[in-house]
Amino acid sequence: MSSSGALGDVRLEVRGVKKSFAGTAALSGVELVARRGEVHAILGENGAGKSTLMKILSGALAADAGRILLDGAPFSPEGPVEARQRGVSIVYQEPELCAELTVAESVLLGGEPARYGVIDRSTQRERALASLRRVVPEDNAQRLAPERLIKTLSPSERQLVALARALAHGDCRVLILDEPTSALSAADVARLFDVVADLAASGITVLYISHFLEEVERVATRFTMLRDGRSVASGDLATTTRSELVALMAGRAVSELFPRSPRVPGEPVLELAALRGTVRPSDASLTLRRGEVLGIAGLLGSGRTALLRAIFGLDAVRGGTLRVKALSGPRSPAERLRQGVGLLSEDRKGEGLADSMSLGDNLTLSKLDELGPLGLVLPARRDAATQRYVTELGIRCRGPEQLARELSGGNQQKLCFARLLHHGVDVLLLDEPTRGIDVGSRADIYRLIDGLAAKGAAILLVSSYLPELLGVCDRVAVMVRGRLATARPVTELSEHALLLEATG
Amino acid sequence: MRAWSKMTWLAPLAALCVTYLLFALLTPDTFLRGINLLTMLRQTAVVGVASVGMTLVIVLGGIDLSVGSAVALTTVVVARALQAGLGPWQAALTGILVGTLAGLINGGLIAGLRLMPFIVTLGTMSILRGAAKGLAGEQKIDADPRGLEQWMLLGRGFGLPPGVWLTLAVGLLGALLIAYTRLGRHVVAVGSNERAARLCGVAVTRVVVTVYALAGMLAGVAGVLEFATLTVGDPTDSVGLELDAIASVVIGGGSLSGGQGSVTGSLLGALLLTVIKTGCVHVGLPNWVQEIFTGVIIVIAMAIDRARQRGSS
Repeated sequence: MSSSGALGDVRLEVRGVKKSFAGTAALSGVELVARRGEVHAILGENGAGKSTLMKILSGALAADAGRILLDGAPFSPEGPVEARQRGVSIVYQEPELCAELTVAESVLLGGEPARYGVIDRSTQRERALASLRRVVPEDNAQRLAPERLIKTLSPSERQLVALARALAHGDCRVLILDEPTSALSAADVARLFDVVADLAASGITVLYISHFLEEVERVATRFTMLRDGRSVASGDLATTTRSELVALMAGRAVSELFPRSPRVPGEPVLELAALRGTVRPSDASLTLRRGEVLGIAGLLGSGRTALLRAIFGLDAVRGGTLRVKALSGPRSPAERLRQGVGLLSEDRKGEGLADSMSLGDNLTLSKLDELGPLGLVLPARRDAATQRYVTELGIRCRGPEQLARELSGGNQQKLCFARLLHHGVDVLLLDEPTRGIDVGSRADIYRLIDGLAAKGAAILLVSSYLPELLGVCDRVAVMVRGRLATARPVTELSEHALLLEATG
Repeated sequence: MRAWSKMTWLAPLAALCVTYLLFALLTPDTFLRGINLLTMLRQTAVVGVASVGMTLVIVLGGIDLSVGSAVALTTVVVARALQAGLGPWQAALTGILVGTLAGLINGGLIAGLRLMPFIVTLGTMSILRGAAKGLAGEQKIDADPRGLEQWMLLGRGFGLPPGVWLTLAVGLLGALLIAYTRLGRHVVAVGSNERAARLCGVAVTRVVVTVYALAGMLAGVAGVLEFATLTVGDPTDSVGLELDAIASVVIGGGSLSGGQGSVTGSLLGALLLTVIKTGCVHVGLPNWVQEIFTGVIIVIAMAIDRARQRGSS
C-alpha cells in the first residue's frame, strides 16, 4: 500500500531534520514523506518532538540539520510569513485571534487589501468570504458572517476562522492542524472532519496532530510516529492496529508500561454529592476508596481541573456536599494537606514548582515544621529529607541545592510527587501527571501510582491520554461540560467508548 | 563552584571594593582616613535598615514606596513624643510602633484587597507624608533628644556608634530570617511562585501582611536613627529614601520579579551608594556627576542580574 502513488505525488519531504535547544536534542533525525491530497497523522507522545517539527515546518524555528523539500524544491523559510507565502500554514490548538476584530478582519489580518493604507472593505469582505466558504458547509454560511466579532464566536467557530485564515494567504499547499479537536463537541468534530476531507480532496496536504488515536483513524489515511525526537515508524492506518500504535508510541509493550499490583478497595475517603463550583463543575458525584485509582476523562475545558481544585480548596464550592475522610469542615489547601489530601497541578511551571528555588526547598515547602524547632529550618534536615526521596524516586540531580528549573520535565514531575510523599498524603489528586515528560519517567510514575494504590492510598487521576486512564485506573468517569458521569470499571470501557462519551 | 554562584552578594562586594579603592587612589589623604570610613558607615545606617525591610518586600515579589514618608513621619512622632515628656526609649518605641502600623496598613490593603503593591504604597507614600506634615504643623519640630542623639554619635576613639551596631544586628537577623526560618522560606516561595506556595498550603495572606509590617517596623527603626542624626522631627525629610533602598536591594542581587534577594547584598549596596556620594564630594565632583554615577551603577547591576538569570535558566 505505502509504495503506491508515483513520486510526483510527493508534496512534502523531510529528511534527517535535527534540532536542539541549549544542548538538548528535541529532534534527532526525523523523516517524513507526505503526499498531495492526503491527511497525514503525526503521532507521538507529549515531548516526542511533534510541536518542534511543526514549528520548523511553519517557519517559527529553523532546523539545525537536514533538509526539507516542498514539491521538490528546497524549503527553509525565514519565518512564518515566508512559510505561508510558500503555501505552508498552521492552525494552533488554541487559535490566536484578536477578540475585538471581526471575522473578515481576522481572516485577512496582516494581508489586508488596502490602497494608501486605507482598507478596501468590499475586497476584504469578498476575499474573506471566499476562504470562509472553503471551511464552512453551505447550509451553515450564516453562522460565520464576516461582520461578527471574534469574541462572540464559540470555540469551534474560532477554529473555523483560524482555518479560513490559514487558507486565505496565497496558495495553501500544506495545512498543519495541531490538536484541532481538543475543545470541540462531538458534532463540531464531525463537521471539522468533513472540512478536512474536503480540503484534502482539493489537493491540500493536511498534517494532522492528535493524541486521540480513535480520531486519527477516522480522519487520516497515513501516519508518521515520533518518539524521543526520532521518526520510528510510518505506514497506513488501515493496516495498523490500535495497540500496535500505542506500543509504537511508548516504545514498549502496553503491559510493561502499566504495572498492576493487586489492589484491595477499602473504606471511602472522598465522597462528593452533586458538587458545584463557580462555573465548573456543575454536578459531580463520586466516591473514592482507599486502594483505588479513579480516573476522570473529558475534553479540555470540561471542568476536570476545576473539580480537583474545588476538592482541594483552591476554587470556591457553590453547592453540594464534599466529605474528606468523613469530615466536611472548612476548605483550604492547608486544611486539606493536614487531612492528608495532596494536589499535583497540571501546570508544573506556573503552579507546581517555585522553579527559582532549589529542589530541597520545593520538596519540603508544604511541610517545613519538622525541619527544626521554633519555626527554624535547618538545612541539614532539609537535605536529609530531600536526599531520601531523591533516592527513592530516582530523581536525577546534582543535589538538594540544584534549582528546580534546571531539572528535566520528568524529574520535575517526580519532585512534585516527592513533595506529596514527604507530606505524607494518602489521598492524591493528580492532574495530568505525565504531561510533557519522557517515556522513562512516565513508566516510573505509573509504577509509583500503582505502588501507592497497593499500599492503600486513594488516587483521583485526571488525564487526557486515554491509554493511560485505561492502563492505570480501576474505574473511569467521564466529565462533559461540568457534569461528571457515573464511574465504570475499566474492564467495561474502551478508548472509543470514552471518546464518544466525552465529545457527546 | 555552586556555593559561589549562590553568593549573589559577591558582585556588590567586588563593586564596593573597586569603588573604594578608586576613590582612595584619587584622594588618598582625605578618603582613606579612618574617620571617613566611620562617617560613611554612620551615613549608611538609616538607608541600610530600610533596605533590610525592602529586601524582604522585594523577595516577596512586592515593592514599598512609602518608606521615605514613613521615616519622616517617625522622626516627627519621636519629636512630638519627646515634647510630650516621654523618655527616649518610650519615644523611640512609639516611633517604631507607628512605622509598624503603617506597614500593617500596606500589607492589609495589598493582601486583603488584592491591590498592586506599587499602587498601594504610592498611595500610602502620600498619606504618610501628609500625616507627618499635619502632625508637625508643616514645620520642623525641635525637641530635646534626651540621649537619643548618642545613638548616632561616633564613640570615643574609633568605636562605632550604637546605631551602626543596630544596623548590623538588623542585617544579621534579616539574613537569618530569610535563610533559616519557616517564615523566610515562605517569603521566598511566595515571591518565587505565589500559586505554588498556595498549593503547598502556605498562608499567603498572613505572609504578605507580616512582611509589610516588618518592613514598616524597620522603617520606624530607620526613622528613629534619622531622628538621632537630625535631632529634630522633620516632615520633609527622607524624600526619595525608598528609591535608595530599592537601588541598594537591586545592586545587592535582588530581583524585582521576586524570589531573589540577599540582605547582605543589600547592605553592601547601600554602603556602595554612600561611598559613591562621599567619594565624589572628596574628589570635588559636583552633585550631578554623583547622581549620574549612581544611576550608571544601578543600570549595570540590573544588567548583571539579567545576565545571571539567563545564564541559569
